[in-house]
Amino acid sequence: MLLQVRNLSCGYGSLEVVHGASLHVCHGEIVGLLGANGAGKSSLLKAIIGLLPPWAGEVFIDRRPTTGQPPWRSVSNSTVLVPEGKMIFADMTVRENLIIGGYHNPDRIRHLETVLDGFPRLRERLQQVAGTLSGGEQQMLALGRALMARPRLLLLDEPSMGLAPLMVKEVFTSIRKMKDLGLTVLLIEQNANAALRIADRAYVMETGEIVLEGPAADLAHNPEVKRAYLGKG
Amino acid sequence: MQNESLALQYLLSGITKGSIYAVVAIGFNLIYSATGIINFAQGEFLMLGGMVAVTLAAYVPLPVAVTGAVALVALVGGLLELAFFRRLRRHSILHLVIITMGLSIVIQETALHIWDEKVRSLPYFTGNEVSSVRFLGAAISPQVLWVLGTVALAVLGLHFFLRYTLTGRAMRACSSNPEAAMLAGINIPNMRTLAFGLSAALGALAGCVVSPMTMTHYEMGAPLAIKGFAAAILGGLGNPMAAVAGGLLVGLLEAASVSCLPAVYNDVSAFVILLLVIFVRPQGLWGALAPDRVREH
Repeated sequence: MLLQVRNLSCGYGSLEVVHGASLHVCHGEIVGLLGANGAGKSSLLKAIIGLLPPWAGEVFIDRRPTTGQPPWRSVSNSTVLVPEGKMIFADMTVRENLIIGGYHNPDRIRHLETVLDGFPRLRERLQQVAGTLSGGEQQMLALGRALMARPRLLLLDEPSMGLAPLMVKEVFTSIRKMKDLGLTVLLIEQNANAALRIADRAYVMETGEIVLEGPAADLAHNPEVKRAYLGKG
Repeated sequence: MQNESLALQYLLSGITKGSIYAVVAIGFNLIYSATGIINFAQGEFLMLGGMVAVTLAAYVPLPVAVTGAVALVALVGGLLELAFFRRLRRHSILHLVIITMGLSIVIQETALHIWDEKVRSLPYFTGNEVSSVRFLGAAISPQVLWVLGTVALAVLGLHFFLRYTLTGRAMRACSSNPEAAMLAGINIPNMRTLAFGLSAALGALAGCVVSPMTMTHYEMGAPLAIKGFAAAILGGLGNPMAAVAGGLLVGLLEAASVSCLPAVYNDVSAFVILLLVIFVRPQGLWGALAPDRVREH
């Protein structure tokens, strides 16, 4: 088991937004984390990575306890979070963004080539200032930057948000490719249809709690999920 | 001819003073970019650099004394961050800025106790106080060339560091997007310590090269901090290279004011610039960011 989360709670100020969530991700899996806006999915991911201090519960990455450690440590545990909303270094070039992604990877210059092979669009724009990229390209850059650290576990927060449909498809193709490369992915997605199509398993979150879990195929046919998240039923 | 060479003399004096303000302004910028703090103790780094170098120069050759002073003051800068700002991270930026003002006073008083109130100076790096070189018809002290050359090298070095080294890029990443930088594995608190150390080292270096001409005195830091701050605001905070331009402009305007206004108004120009910029163009000439931008770390 690569990631195990036990009864994790966290919040902002005095407001608890995640109430004792538990989940696990096995080696090589793509796991979806579904739920409506404000269900606490992003907060859960932030608490796993250390951006939010967990109030209770435990996190294990590769069986090692990592609960509450500072976020910059997560990279050393081969875990990288791609946060929601294109968190790139807007005033730096594409190449610099990628190099920073490989901050802890001594092989970063050589690895850059491998990553660029996966994102040919970025290769064309290496010297461009990242803030001038289109939304889709910025998302590609965020993914590419995460890969520069050679993670084993990738946490993706809404990678398709705000993207044109064609771009969404490309992003999901990239995620599938990552799985083929042996990566493990925990994926938050509003677009539940797309997420369930590429995920092996999924969890459904509602108001800070995990209410459902199961193989993606089962969830896709679950009437409750269909009604609430798939917009048909 | 007489007028021309006089004008050139003022111009050079303006550029020399301006290059020192530029270094102070870069110091403000480095710390502001990494931490969001305006460090009003910035001028004390120049004073400390000069004082430590003067003390060391009694025992070791001048280049060693200057190097030692820069290293020691860099250490002091890093330790200040560790001792005060790292622990007080939860307080508002305004509190932290006020703490820098307090630190400025504490450093001055400490310097007064260590070195007393006498004015000191390093020897001229080459020649002495009466030697001069002809430059385009104006007579200038060789120390002016030392100041300009050192500042130019320091600025170029910093530019190279921030652009082309991994650590420098990581520092820019921290100011560009702290959260994303943390997620890339950059230890942000350590980067802040480094920014303080680097800023202190640059200040100390400037404090050493100007010491032969302007003398080193325990109270010299505060006025330099004000002018450097005016330069940083004029150039635009968050852009170290704009700080250089801001510094040179403040120096030149000051020299111009000396040439046509009574000497008592010498220090007024910096304040006038500061107020004008804040009223008319708060983001500075080249700054992309409004100075009131609140940083969340």
